Amino acid sequence: MLGEGILKGLAETARNFVGSYVSKERMTTVQYPEERIAPIEATRDFPFLVYDGGDWQAGMRCVACQICEKECPPKCIYIEKSKDKKPDALGKPQFYPAKFDIDISVCMSCQICVEVCPFEAIKMDTEFELSTTDRFGGLLLDRHQLAKSNQHYHHIHPTEAAEVDARLAGEKAKTNAKAKAAADAAAAKSAAPDTKAVAPPAKVVAPVVKPESQEA
Amino acid sequence: MTLSHLLHEKKPAGWNRPPVMEPDGDAELLEVAMGPHHPSTHGVFRMDVALDGERVIRLKPVFGYLHRNHEKLAEGMTYLGSMPFTDRLDYICSLTNNWAYALAVEKLTGQEVPERAEYLRVILGELTRIVNHSSSIGFLAQEMGASGTPLMYAFREREKILDLFESLTGSRMMCNYMRFGGCRVDASPAWLDAASKVVTGLPGFADEFEQLLGSNEILMARCQGVGILRPELAINAGITGPMLRASGVNYDIRKVDHYGIYDRFNFRVPLGDHWDVYDRFMIRLLELRESIKIVEQALKDIPAGPIMDSKAKIRGFRPKPGEAYGRIEGPKGELGFYLISDGGPNPYRYRVRPPSLINLTILEDMCLGSNVADVVLIFGSVDIVLGEVDR
Repeated sequence: MLGEGILKGLAETARNFVGSYVSKERMTTVQYPEERIAPIEATRDFPFLVYDGGDWQAGMRCVACQICEKECPPKCIYIEKSKDKKPDALGKPQFYPAKFDIDISVCMSCQICVEVCPFEAIKMDTEFELSTTDRFGGLLLDRHQLAKSNQHYHHIHPTEAAEVDARLAGEKAKTNAKAKAAADAAAAKSAAPDTKAVAPPAKVVAPVVKPESQEA
Repeated sequence: MTLSHLLHEKKPAGWNRPPVMEPDGDAELLEVAMGPHHPSTHGVFRMDVALDGERVIRLKPVFGYLHRNHEKLAEGMTYLGSMPFTDRLDYICSLTNNWAYALAVEKLTGQEVPERAEYLRVILGELTRIVNHSSSIGFLAQEMGASGTPLMYAFREREKILDLFESLTGSRMMCNYMRFGGCRVDASPAWLDAASKVVTGLPGFADEFEQLLGSNEILMARCQGVGILRPELAINAGITGPMLRASGVNYDIRKVDHYGIYDRFNFRVPLGDHWDVYDRFMIRLLELRESIKIVEQALKDIPAGPIMDSKAKIRGFRPKPGEAYGRIEGPKGELGFYLISDGGPNPYRYRVRPPSLINLTILEDMCLGSNVADVVLIFGSVDIVLGEVDR
């Protein structure tokens, strides 16, 4: 019969139309500004800088190594290294970024900066309502605007942040143990300076170079 | 019809030229520029059409409006740096683009991919194919005047798959997920469960889609016998993907090139025998069903294990001088990346073989002699994304 195919299709649309009143799964849209879907945990948009503790300048994890600046595909990161050093979370004096700007109008949210960062210092945010009336200055974020606390990181990516914290704690424990062993060795050496045992040259702080993380 | 049979058949001279169309009377030809802002052009693309009444006499495709210098940019960038840019080639299927590029670099550096990563690639690649085919059918129906309904049904399912992508890779469309020697993040058991749940619903969606469109008289009247592409021309023009298989040529890179782990899955390759727009529509629908089957098998068999080659470096590596061509069966056809290394940290030459561009080259041959309204339809049945055509 001519028109049978059309009627079949119309039956399908009718089923969907009626279904949208009955089944919640068929209602696939929400009224956005009033209603919001809970964000997916892994979601990402723009990078931010993580700091530990309460003070963003003292707790900044970034050591201005500039790897992210080099690897960033659209080159939206600009870093200036500091002249002096400040102690990092392990107490080792490190450089810090005197200037760290990200132009989020250029950033393409690819997460490569997060992947290549050996210090877990840069992570992806989930804030997406970023419209501003200032086209250039408003989208060029400096290090103060980029700095966000570790608590914020835990809030937006709980699983990932817990993994990162565990990894950092492990490293810290390892470094402390190494430092302690070195200090002990040094103490033993100074206690018995005449022994011929070849003690390795004491190192006070082991270098904190971590294998590149494969995943952020 | 086999490939060699088609290629060795004797043919008259000039058989592969588009037929020369002559206007009927002594009326003047009307030249129409369809695009670059025509609603049917899927972006910015222009067709300069010469018309005699309703009949197409000449058609000249004009592209390049979306040129973004992808290949040259990649030559000045590390291998890793180009990965997020490949997402932006065919922005509907970012994961298959990632896959093809990762495959090319893996061939160049000789990296192994762990089994779990291969399975994840297959799952994501086939989900991408489902996304692409369902939305391309939706767009085709929209170009016939079915404004919205089939496309919205397709987008409803696409949204579920994109949510899966987002919860695994962090982004809905610009996934940037695959790496040289594996994948970036591992899929949790919860994600695999969610994926199985979505995949269980997909055959129902395919049935619904077929019920909605498959036997629709208007669709059949508009599509059947329109835009015929002969298999010999398709082969000679280098057409690949659903376009080629709709022309009845059995050529699927998943079957012939044995890349990844496709040998382990049981699936069939649908072929068309009328070579027209309706065949292309139907092939996509059937391939969508086959893809669902592959994802089901892969989700069932996925082993535990690492997702990254332990020796793999994601940055700061310098491949030995040499060249490599990695290709996969993308949703639109053969997607290949050709790389030449001179031993430096970035490729000496980086070339994309985009299926969309090459499938577009026979547009004139398919359109000549048909009506203007059918041009829109034939163009839609090629299934292109301008981001990949212009790069």
